Parts: sequence; C-alpha cells; structure tokens
Amino acid sequence: MLAFNFFGATEGGLFDINATLPLMAIQVVALTYILNSLFFKPVGNVVEKREKFVSNNIIEAKNKLSEVKKLEADLLTQLQSARTEAQRIVSEAEDESDKLFKEALELASNEANASKEKARLEIESQTSAARDQLSQQADDLSELIVNRLILEK
Amino acid sequence: MLTNFAALEVGQHLYWQIGNIRLHGQVFLTSWILLGALLVFISLGTKKMENDPKGLQNLLEFLWDYIRDLARTQIGEKVYRDWMPFIGTLFLFVFVSNWGGALIPWRLIKLPSGELGAPTADINTTIALALLVSLSYFYAGLSNKGWRYFEYYVHPTPIMLPFKILEDFTKPLSLSFRLFGNILADELVVGVLVFLVPLILPIPVMFLGLFTSAIQALIFATLAAYYIGEAVEEHH
Repeated sequence: MLAFNFFGATEGGLFDINATLPLMAIQVVALTYILNSLFFKPVGNVVEKREKFVSNNIIEAKNKLSEVKKLEADLLTQLQSARTEAQRIVSEAEDESDKLFKEALELASNEANASKEKARLEIESQTSAARDQLSQQADDLSELIVNRLILEK
Repeated sequence: MLTNFAALEVGQHLYWQIGNIRLHGQVFLTSWILLGALLVFISLGTKKMENDPKGLQNLLEFLWDYIRDLARTQIGEKVYRDWMPFIGTLFLFVFVSNWGGALIPWRLIKLPSGELGAPTADINTTIALALLVSLSYFYAGLSNKGWRYFEYYVHPTPIMLPFKILEDFTKPLSLSFRLFGNILADELVVGVLVFLVPLILPIPVMFLGLFTSAIQALIFATLAAYYIGEAVEEHH
C-alpha cells in the first residue's frame, strides 16, 4: 500500500540523518582513491602517452615535410642550372661544329682550286709544248717538202 | 500480489545497529552492489591497456576524456589535474547510483523494512557528497592561494561579504537537495504510476527518469568542479 511517512515518525522518515552520512562520505573518499589508482591514473597515462606520441609524430612529419620542400626547391634550382648549362654546351658545340665545317669547307675548296689551277697550268704548258713541237715539225716538214721540190727540179 | 509488488515505502529504512550508531542498511547494500559492479567493469576495461584501444578500453577512455573536459573547462588548465579524480568519482558515483536505482528492479528483493533503491535517493548520501564538495573547494582555495583565498569573499567589493558567506551554506544545501529531490521524485513518480497503472504507462516516465538521472550526475559533477574552479581562480 502507499505509505507516505515524510516527517514526524519517531524512527525513519525522509530526512533521517544519522551515521550513514559520515560513513558514506568516507566510502566516497575511499572510492576516489581506488578509482584514481584503478581508472584515472592508468587510463590517463595511456591517453596522454598516445596524445604525446601523436603530437610528436605530427611535429616530426611537419619537419620532414618542410625538409622535403626545401630539397625540392634545391632540386628545382639545380635542374634549372643544369638545363641552362646543357643549353649553353649544346649551342657552343653547334657553333664549334659550324666553325669546323666552314674551315674544312674553305680548306677543301682552296685545295681544289689550287689543284685545278695547277692542272690548268700543266695542261697549258703541255699544250704550248705540243704546239711548239707541232709547229717545229711543220717547219721541218715544209723545209723537207721545199728541199725535195727544189732538188727534183 | 501486484499491489505488494508495487507498494511504496517512503521514509522507511533498513536499520543496522552497530554499537551506538544506526545506519541505513539499504543505502549501503545498493551502493556496495553498484560500486562493486563499477569496479569490476573498470578492472576489466583497464586489465590490458593497449596503445591501440579496443572494446571496453575505448569506452573507458571516452569516459576519461569526458571527465577531463568537464574538469578542465570548469577548474582551469592549471590545477584541474589534481581534482579530476574527485570530480570523476563524484560523476561516476552519482551516475551509477542513479541509473542503478532506476534500471535494476530492486523491489523484487524483499527487505524486512524499507526497500532497496538508488543510494542517491537517501538524504544522507547527498549531504555527504555535498559536504565533501564544500571541504574540497575550501581546501583547493586555501592550498592554492593560502590566506589570499579569503579575498574572494570581498571580491569585487566588500559589500559581497555577507552574500559570499551565505553562499558557503547554500552551495551544499542546494547540491544535496537538488540531487536528493530529483532522484526521490523520480522513484516516487515511477512507483506511483506502477502502482496505479502497472503496464506500459510508466515506461515513458522511466525513460524520463533515466534522462533526469544522467543529467543530475552531470549537474552535480559540473557544479562541484565549478565551485572548485571558483575557489582557485586568480583575481586581478
């Protein structure tokens, strides 16, 4: 049955304060120490260790990332200088080969001109020699003809 | 039989007599059962702590984080570490007591006098908790700031002195009666409804009771932390 007995009873009642109060307080204080050693300390250690681990890793990763970026920039400048160097070398080589080609061409054409000249001179001298010889022979022959005609008469 | 099952007994206790002192046995019985369950639960969860948490450890870490956030926001970065176990214990004790009282069908267990229920529905428990909070914030203030703690009573003007002194009495009073009243009222409402309409109707009220119970645990722990934070706060 509903038995409301709020106040007034010699024993009991809702506001019956007795030794339960201090004992409960002691129990809660004891529970605080028990939970501290059983729950708050071990879990806190694990969680804080992990938080430290994570933040350390993040810092390390950031450092590595900045290092990578620096290296990348370094590499880029190196690449650029290498590229300009290569271009320079290529153009130099081109100039050189151009020059060499021109020199060789000049040399070859000079030589060819010289030998051509030489051959022409030789041909000329031989032609004149042959012509001299031919006119000499013609002279001799005409003299012979003249002598024979004169002698036969 | 049903009326027996649903009968309400308010203000009756199972008395234990030890020498000259008298105790409310039902309060200790339920608190030992519930705290035993809590300790078993925590022991199981912290038995094998790993860096990569699984199962119960996950839950306990979430709880730990929740309590740390509560303590840190109320007490402040500087000293919250010292008070976190106390705040956490208050929260866990009140929460486990409230929910244990609401969820476990204690009335199935017959006692010669009184009945089992939430330990927080007994005024002795809530006053004990509230007085511990009072002692804690005095201790926190005095140990952190020495005699300068009493500057708090005349801050920002000496006109505040009587009100601040009054507050030292109203704080434990409101803490204890808020918790006691809410939990007892919840038990009474559920009890009366079960007595009047045993089926279905009490269920939403029971859910409301669970909600109230959780909220009360949070309120108690938050206020305790706030009082401690107020005591250690530096005025400039």
